[in-house]
Amino acid sequence: MTKRSARSRWRDSGLALLMLAPSGVILGMFVIYPLVKAVFLGRQRCSPTGKCPVTGGWQQYVDAFRSHEFQDALIVTIKYALITVPIGLVLGVGLAVLADKYLRGIGIFRTIFSSTVATSVAVASVMWFFLFNPNLGLLADWIGGVAKTPGLLQSPGTALWAVSASTIWANLGFTFIVVTAGLQSVPKDLYESAYVDGANGFTRFTNVTLPMISPVLLFATVVLTARAFESFGEIDLLTLGGPKAKTTTLTYLAFGKGLPTAADDGLRATVTVLLFFVLLILALLQFRGLEKRVHYGN
Amino acid sequence: MATETDALSRIRGWRKAGRYALLVTLAVIVLFPIYVMVVGSLKPGNKVLNDRLLPTNITFDAIRHAWQHGHLGRAMVNSAIVSAVITVAQLVTSILAAYAFVFLKFPGRSILFAVFLATLLVPLEATLTVNRRTMQSFGWLNSYKGLTVPFLATAFGIFMVRQVFLTIPKEMREAASMDGLGHIGFLREVAVPLSRPTLGALTLFAFLTSWNQYLWPVLVTTESRYNTVQTGLRALRFAALSEPNLLIAGTVIVALPIFVVLIAFQRQLVRGLTAGAVKG
Amino acid sequence: MRFADPACAMAYPADVAQVRLANISKKFGGVTAVDDIELEIGDREFMVLLGPSGCGKSTLLRIIAGLEDPTEGTVTIGDRVVNDILPKDRDVAMVFQSYALYPHKTVQANIEFPLKVRGVDKPERAAAAKVAADSLGLGEYMNRKPGALSGGQRQRVALARAIVRKPAVFCMDEPLSNLDAKLRGETRAELIALHQRLESTFIYVTHDQVEAMTMGSRIAVMSRGHIEQVGTPQEVYDKPESVFIAQFVGTPPMNILPPGSIEPGEHLVGVRPEHLRVNEDGPISMTVTLVEQLGHEVLVTGLVGENRVVVREAAHAEQPAIGSTANLDAEVTTRHRFSALTQRRIDV
Repeated sequence: MTKRSARSRWRDSGLALLMLAPSGVILGMFVIYPLVKAVFLGRQRCSPTGKCPVTGGWQQYVDAFRSHEFQDALIVTIKYALITVPIGLVLGVGLAVLADKYLRGIGIFRTIFSSTVATSVAVASVMWFFLFNPNLGLLADWIGGVAKTPGLLQSPGTALWAVSASTIWANLGFTFIVVTAGLQSVPKDLYESAYVDGANGFTRFTNVTLPMISPVLLFATVVLTARAFESFGEIDLLTLGGPKAKTTTLTYLAFGKGLPTAADDGLRATVTVLLFFVLLILALLQFRGLEKRVHYGN
Repeated sequence: MATETDALSRIRGWRKAGRYALLVTLAVIVLFPIYVMVVGSLKPGNKVLNDRLLPTNITFDAIRHAWQHGHLGRAMVNSAIVSAVITVAQLVTSILAAYAFVFLKFPGRSILFAVFLATLLVPLEATLTVNRRTMQSFGWLNSYKGLTVPFLATAFGIFMVRQVFLTIPKEMREAASMDGLGHIGFLREVAVPLSRPTLGALTLFAFLTSWNQYLWPVLVTTESRYNTVQTGLRALRFAALSEPNLLIAGTVIVALPIFVVLIAFQRQLVRGLTAGAVKG
Repeated sequence: MRFADPACAMAYPADVAQVRLANISKKFGGVTAVDDIELEIGDREFMVLLGPSGCGKSTLLRIIAGLEDPTEGTVTIGDRVVNDILPKDRDVAMVFQSYALYPHKTVQANIEFPLKVRGVDKPERAAAAKVAADSLGLGEYMNRKPGALSGGQRQRVALARAIVRKPAVFCMDEPLSNLDAKLRGETRAELIALHQRLESTFIYVTHDQVEAMTMGSRIAVMSRGHIEQVGTPQEVYDKPESVFIAQFVGTPPMNILPPGSIEPGEHLVGVRPEHLRVNEDGPISMTVTLVEQLGHEVLVTGLVGENRVVVREAAHAEQPAIGSTANLDAEVTTRHRFSALTQRRIDV
């Protein structure tokens, strides 16, 4: 390597170091380091006598994974994702397609349909807490039955569905916005061509719309699924994980009130690291499996 | 806006009416929870929600009470400070890092970028436990530092800004250097102004996500004077079961600023949300 | 690349497919795109709608195809008024400027699509698609997706998709504009051959007068929503009805000389570049500003008064120097006369 090219390779390095340092330090200290540390932390527990930390080795991970709290939480989380993601997508796509036509005043409807993106987890959850409340909420009066006693959030059979409803509603704005943007990038003459060939609305939807928005759908699926797996606030505010742990998701298991993880950092770390791996596998599966069906255009 | 040919938007007569009806119904359903809350917050006394849907007596008592009782004024200030700090910091760190990754040449650039990007894979939860400990050991629990420092940089922001910096043609950099602009000058005079829409979207995004943060503030603050609006609402939720109107009013107060911000910056938000989604 | 030509597979049944437009107008809000158009397109004609952008030619095409409804007027295909009939039932096919291929479908699926929509079953579809594809030389690309094809190949897929339905009327909206010059020339020839083979009515929109001249059996020249002239390419070239047409068709454009310059009178005189002769005794005096060597001919550009004039000279003729003055004349029979007021042709 000549002196000149060596120098030019390193020329920018000083400045680069300076510019990368702020984010590098933050990301290193608060993302990478914690992850690595957590992996090791997960080997620790507090002993039954309250003495912390006691290092038990990698077996802790296996035990935690096999524990029935973890398995239950995993199942709850998977169920929760299976409910909220498909329904959320269908509703989002449905609304977006409906609002995609040129009608007078359509802008107002679009604003309304996107509005839930303005709600934070806390706000949306409290709203639904009220709607679901058996004594105070309107739904209880209208639906009666289980909605009144003991209440949709309190009954083991319906609690997860109720929480899902609030999540689907809260995510509607996001899905709507993202799908609407996708719809607008579909070239108009594809529809016209299909129309001239005789395709009706439904055929155009399945042959043109859906394939052309598939990248957007993939994006939405990934985001919604990640949100489902990382959900905490909804559970914290609506059901506190109950009744009978029917709504304890993995994240809630790690950070919720009154759970064994609350006082035991080691256990908490174990659960979150396991969650990380679950999410990683999920992300890989989604990309591998769905990417094949996603079409990215020319 | 899609399809304006007569042919494809041939929605006439009764089909048009039908579509409007459908849209209105769905809009009502979507708005319903918000509507209930707003109406509920304006009701006098302790009237519970399952009274009439249309407000008969409008009073701001509940709102005032919630504000005072929940110390929402203080919470607003906290949220504002925290969000502002995080937003500005994320902007600055993302712009700097993205510039380095795009316009500077140094060995290991691609690998380093991959590492930075990999942090996107790490879910927040996995870092919380250790971060909390770190905050504890620094003595930063119940402080603004604790609420903000871990979020002063984000790979998402770096990625977004990098994407837009990549669209700046190389010739522009070359012309600028012939004009005598160094890196910092180029960043300031060319790169940043050209990227304004994306930076705007990032700002909005950072502000929104930090404002809406829930789990981290819960973990890192125990004193109510450090409540953000989200944890303030949480406190109200657990305390105000006997006074539902307070909680309802509190929710409306907490939700309002974001709705206002969103209506004002709708377009940027859409661009921000779709930056990664739509190809090309 | 020439089209392959399996014997008689592509000959059509003789459906009468003449298209008649009567009093067609189209307004978009306050803008009139097309104004009271009358046009008859004969069965199996190759009609070219020619004009600059914004003249309404694409709108007219879309009205014929059924993508737009006329604000007024009737469209008749064959013996049916088709105003209220859907495109698929009008028996028209459309090739879009951007080809509008489904990027996620293979070439085969793209070609088959119109048949699939009609409920034709798989083996029949595949067979018909194969015939169409082979006739356009696409046989080996059937399993590729449009993204993996070149521009010319994609254009052929769009054509194949249109012909697989065996429609009576083919609508084409500037199909060559996205191709490079060389490919354009080749594809022009292939389209002409296709027209002869298919014996369908072709309605072709373009702004390129070379395409119009070489391909059309008749040309309809449009400007600002009106049809200025309809005629065979030679008619339009030899007897343009207006100054606009005179200068639009033919390249370099016809020279329009001010009244009184080459002959007495108050009318404008048009002379094509090839008809201007350098003649010492000529009435027009031109100051030469540019001499362009094309190899087979020389273009001499100059100023007559304030008007720019172009003369076509044979390759080895004596060429004037820039800045010099040349006198020009044109034979009486080659002069076109236009009213200075209406810009329309005057036949003396």
